[in-house]
Amino acid sequence: MNASKETGARMKKKSKTVVKDKWRKGLEISVLSVPALIMFLGFVVFPIVMAAYYGFFKWKGFGSPTTNGTFIGIQNYITIFSDAEFRSAVLHNFIIVIGSLVLQAPIAILFALLLNQKMKGRAIIRTLIFVPYVVSEVIVGTGWSLMLQSEGAINAVLKRIGLQGADWISDPKIAMWTLLILITWKYIGFAVILMLAGMQSIPEELYEAARVDGAGFWQLQKSITLPLLGPTLRIWAFLSIIGSLQLFDLVYIIWGQYISSTAGTSTMATYMVREGRVSSNYGYGSAVAVVIFVISLVVALTYQKFILNRDLDGALTEKPSKSKNKSVSAVAEEV
Amino acid sequence: MSSAVSYGRKDKNGYRKSPKNPWGNPVVYFISLLLIAICIGPVVYIILGGFRSNAQITNDPAGMPNPWLNKNYLAVLSSNTFWVELVNSVIVGLLTTIGVVVLSLMVSFVIARYDFKYSKVMYSLFAAGLMFPMTVAITPLYLLLRNLGLANTLAGVILPQIAFGLPQTIIILVPFLKTIPQELEEAAALDGCSRLGFFVRMVIPLSMPGVATTGILQFIGSWNSYMLPLFMLSDPSKYTLPLGVQMFSSQHSVDTASVLAFTSMSMIPALIFFTIFQKRIVGGLTGAVKG
Repeated sequence: MNASKETGARMKKKSKTVVKDKWRKGLEISVLSVPALIMFLGFVVFPIVMAAYYGFFKWKGFGSPTTNGTFIGIQNYITIFSDAEFRSAVLHNFIIVIGSLVLQAPIAILFALLLNQKMKGRAIIRTLIFVPYVVSEVIVGTGWSLMLQSEGAINAVLKRIGLQGADWISDPKIAMWTLLILITWKYIGFAVILMLAGMQSIPEELYEAARVDGAGFWQLQKSITLPLLGPTLRIWAFLSIIGSLQLFDLVYIIWGQYISSTAGTSTMATYMVREGRVSSNYGYGSAVAVVIFVISLVVALTYQKFILNRDLDGALTEKPSKSKNKSVSAVAEEV
Repeated sequence: MSSAVSYGRKDKNGYRKSPKNPWGNPVVYFISLLLIAICIGPVVYIILGGFRSNAQITNDPAGMPNPWLNKNYLAVLSSNTFWVELVNSVIVGLLTTIGVVVLSLMVSFVIARYDFKYSKVMYSLFAAGLMFPMTVAITPLYLLLRNLGLANTLAGVILPQIAFGLPQTIIILVPFLKTIPQELEEAAALDGCSRLGFFVRMVIPLSMPGVATTGILQFIGSWNSYMLPLFMLSDPSKYTLPLGVQMFSSQHSVDTASVLAFTSMSMIPALIFFTIFQKRIVGGLTGAVKG
């Protein structure tokens, strides 16, 4: 009743000043949204569009590409795909994508199951496993590369317990494993927190019913937790894949620009920086950026189409209504 | 075992526990301790290593400080470089956070509360920004900022960081602002409050919890960011801490103890920040991702 009165009053007021109000509304919308739009279009969209343009030139980055560079059509792209180093970088990226999923998913689920048990100090554990995620890549890289040196702490510990150390960073047979383990160490906390949140949104009644039917602990996890964790797992995998395709910091810091290709850990992004920025071939670097973008986009869209849209309904691109309530409740829970 | 069963029934905090826990508590604790050791071991190693001398580290790379030395830390604390870089990182982090939050709040308010033709398009545009990581844009971004005369300035790091921070923040804030009841806005309108007045007086205070979460995430992201400063900043006096750590470790590659001390000093502000806000950070991340 109250509400209808209010809207009635409001509509009356509105009809009086409807023209002025409309004009004013438009002004408010512009004032509030234009700054963000300018920033976003100027520093996110525009550079990506320019990358596509620069990619057609052989250009050192001075002046404009048309006057100081040479238009070479798709020559940059031909060079990229015929460069064995780029192809091996792509291969490394895909090894990292698969390796991260295969290594992190089971570990994260097991640890989340563990932390979902009733125990003392769980909040502290949850905080501590998150520390590697918060510490910057540079620090992680610097610290780990010191520990992984052939005369470093890791080999010393191994020696003490009677194991043979290894050349973790520069041996091409081992380096990729080292990188995968470091990635797992750095990002597992994030995965565990996600899985835990997913597990805690599974209704307790399901477990109770199954227990009444005589299901054991592992049976409960296998037939209730795992299937219902599906949406969380799929979102996490999406983020992990995108992150793996863009991987740069850790590799660049630990392996540097040049060792990474001989050690077999170079990625598309380290290749881009080395061939673009470091050697001032801005046309070529932009073309590499476009290739990375297209590869990531294709992978992301394929994943979304075949795996994610089962439960996401395109939350990243359209129809945000379904996912909204979920995220509000998640944020509100914390408040 | 019997206590475990009773826990399973009571379950005050909403955490579940199977009545027949096949692991038994000691095993759970043991695995947890192992997990913690693996996670924070390297961090502790970096901090402890700063208290050792190079001779100690060479003789026993995995040992404890013996004796404890604080000269490495004192050297870092008395060096100009560290403080300059710390201040740069703080400036970049704060301005990025403020910029992202203010701009996102404004545009999220428009998307969430105004009824107009392009509101969905606008939302999709920003949401699509999640798919464009900085890696792809970084080369032309550098050229753009150089042409604007912003290469090698802190503004050249701050502005792109604000732009790239918008999508994530808007995605979190729009649904948050939509939950503010319509009746509240109508009541405010009856009391003679304009939409902008409603925004300033009601929306901003009400959205503080959501803003805090996203702001903290932005600050940590900025604090740790490496690729953008690497491209933009060439003058060491403009370096932020991540670049500083890298420069220090390549300049003092034989002085491992100092490198470890410098590294841990640059990590400690982030760790303190994390400890204070860990609930919001962890919650915000899961919230952002679940959305």
